[in-house]
Amino acid sequence: MELTEIIDIVGAKLVAGNASRVVVEKGFSSDLMSDVLTIDTEKILLITGTCNVQAIRTAEMADIHCILLVRGKKATADMIKIANENNMVILETALSMFNTVGRLYKAGLKPVY
Amino acid sequence: MVTLKFNIEGGNFSKAGYASSQVKKTLKQLNIDQSLIKNIVVALYEAEVNIVAHAYKGSIQVDIAPTDVSMLVSDEGPGIENIDLAMQEGFSTASAEVRQMGFGAGMGLPNIKKNVDEMIIDTVVGKGTKLKMKKMLNNV
Repeated sequence: MELTEIIDIVGAKLVAGNASRVVVEKGFSSDLMSDVLTIDTEKILLITGTCNVQAIRTAEMADIHCILLVRGKKATADMIKIANENNMVILETALSMFNTVGRLYKAGLKPVY
Repeated sequence: MVTLKFNIEGGNFSKAGYASSQVKKTLKQLNIDQSLIKNIVVALYEAEVNIVAHAYKGSIQVDIAPTDVSMLVSDEGPGIENIDLAMQEGFSTASAEVRQMGFGAGMGLPNIKKNVDEMIIDTVVGKGTKLKMKKMLNNV
């Protein structure tokens, strides 16, 4: 699924990186970073309400390039800086995790497992 | 052989992950297989977060050899009272602050073990912990 389509579906705002022509195949939603670090899949969208530098560092270590912050969380300047250094995309949506995940699943974004 | 060394501050979550990030960049420059890099940096990052979450201060040394990557993560801190318990998924002594950061769910040490070929914990309660990890590079 193209990131631009995801932006439309959940009314997201792009706050770091470039979303054009970026494709993700699967979604993983978790506020627990240790669970994110157990995933061994490529081209994932990480959907999380954990809004701190550790969320971005976790994504960096797990080779995840696209992060969608839910529940109206706003990325900090530090988060945006690290994301830009690593060519990552950060999106923000005001929707809840449940609402976000439901819309994206219905639109065809696949689960990791 | 390439050696990287870092000092880690306990409690400073804004810097947690910096060392692992630098190691990842170096491993990429050395053209090491991407899936092995992920295993190495996930294990190292969990260990780095452990220092920040539990210890007063610590250090990381990473030795990158043609055949393997060895990592020594040492800290001055409370040590681990019961290693068997610490290795159980779900067991944690982490603070509420650590949990807010998205960690402290008791997955750190089990996740490290899954990602490396060798893992040795040497801990003294009240003094600190040494975690040695090794990932072989020739089994791809």
